[in-house]
Amino acid sequence: MARNATPHKTARPRPEKPRRSTGAQSAQTSLGDRFTAWRLHHRDSLYDALGRMRRARASSAMTILVIAIALALPSGLSVLLDNAKVITRGWDGNAHLSVFLKMDTSNQQQQELARQWQQRADIDHTQVITRQQALNEFRKLSGFGDVLEALPDNPLPPLIVVFPDSTDPVSLKALQNRLQDNPSVDMAQLDVEWVRRLHAMIQLGERMITALTLALALAVVLVVVNTIRLAIENRREEIVVVKIVGGTDGFVRRPFLYTGFCFGFAGGLLAVILVQIALWWLGGPINELLSLYNSTDTLATLGAGSLITLPLFSGMLGLLGAWLAVGRHLSEVEPNF
Amino acid sequence: MIQFDRVSKRYPSGKDALSKVSFTLPAGQLTFLTGHSGAGKSTLLKLIMMIERPSQGQVLVDGQNLNGFASRHIPLLRRKIGMVHQNHQLLFDRSVFDNVALPLVIAGYARADIGKRVRAALDKVGLLDKEKLNPIMLSGGEQQRVGIARAVVNKPPLLLADEPTGNLDPQLSAEIMDLFQDFARVGVAVLIATHDLSLIARYRHRLLTLREGRLIHDGEEAAHGA
Repeated sequence: MARNATPHKTARPRPEKPRRSTGAQSAQTSLGDRFTAWRLHHRDSLYDALGRMRRARASSAMTILVIAIALALPSGLSVLLDNAKVITRGWDGNAHLSVFLKMDTSNQQQQELARQWQQRADIDHTQVITRQQALNEFRKLSGFGDVLEALPDNPLPPLIVVFPDSTDPVSLKALQNRLQDNPSVDMAQLDVEWVRRLHAMIQLGERMITALTLALALAVVLVVVNTIRLAIENRREEIVVVKIVGGTDGFVRRPFLYTGFCFGFAGGLLAVILVQIALWWLGGPINELLSLYNSTDTLATLGAGSLITLPLFSGMLGLLGAWLAVGRHLSEVEPNF
Repeated sequence: MIQFDRVSKRYPSGKDALSKVSFTLPAGQLTFLTGHSGAGKSTLLKLIMMIERPSQGQVLVDGQNLNGFASRHIPLLRRKIGMVHQNHQLLFDRSVFDNVALPLVIAGYARADIGKRVRAALDKVGLLDKEKLNPIMLSGGEQQRVGIARAVVNKPPLLLADEPTGNLDPQLSAEIMDLFQDFARVGVAVLIATHDLSLIARYRHRLLTLREGRLIHDGEEAAHGA
């Protein structure tokens, strides 16, 4: 039998050729009946799959648990990474440029410049530190007040602290260059390295989770392939009989595809529950960590959408696994006498 | 109903299972197919069911040439053929009713229609009161009759039987044969593969005899030495 040659086409009963037999009148069925039967067979296949999973409780539970663990791991890690992002969003907020103006800039000019910059789209807000304020602060914090007294002039330049709107390294660099071009600016200083490192680490984390997700998704598919292969082996006799009495490949395939989908879906659902339990357990420490970083955010969890999307995604993986198993092993089960 | 035109079948092992076999089975006729095991009976049935394809020659079933018949259409061909097996091939995970209903479910009959037809078929083989039982609770003869009910439930124009009386005593064999003759009488082409010579002798129907893949006899008389 052609292996998966036209899977979709064979999945539904085909209208009988109009030819009539010359012997006893062959029974005919109408298209409407066929559609109803096709729909019912989908429903029956689903019930059949669920019924068989329930009857083989222990082995079904094992398969579902393996799938759930394989999916809970990357989803849990990605939630943790989301939380790391929330924490570092607070750090990003501290990223700023120290723009030192030329010594001859007046206080008025400094104020004016700060006001102009504040209008710009790429700047969130600015803070003016006059030469006098800088001197006072330096005196207070450094303990070199006496040394400064000895100097004839205030050696500190006027400063505008610029808090950028965006904190990604590229736009920070661009902003720095633009400010540097201003004739009143002596130097715009940006310590961007740590922000960069942080972004690189987060990116690395995301990549690793993506790789892990792919590897474990493959594992889910393989688990289902194996489960369905065994199911086909167990139902060999039934498949033979169905093929002898004229069951299409689609008819034979359907219960197995539903079984694969159900395993995947149940595994995904359990994965969501496992992740929620883990987050509930980690929730206290994470929230504490968030508050220590002055973040007003609370623990990020799996979104409400994940309750549906993860089981569906997992169901699709199960379907894929079942499809592969069926394509590979169903054609091996052929009637013989 | 069935036409074989110089059909040969050579298996990949090099064994010639059938050599240039030609015959025609009309509708409404009961025909025996006999020969020692290995003579080619099973291969001949497999060619009709399209479990195997011929190496040479043509097989026509219900006017359709099976050469060039697409694999995905095989189920439609099989729905025209009722097949009765020596070992019944019943499913023990469901009731007698569900076993007999299987071909109708597959062909997409309406639910109400299925009930009617299954009961008609079970009535025909005398098992109407056993529909709810699991076939494992039935005797060998009864199981064989369930198998027959399943084979005829969608009224196929062609009925194949592979050693249908193989495990049955003469009394039960006679009952089974009566059923097959009834089907032939209403226009079904019936082909019974058997090496039960006493059965063949008792019923004097047309007889095809195979020996080492060749059709050595075609007629009412049993061939000597077959």
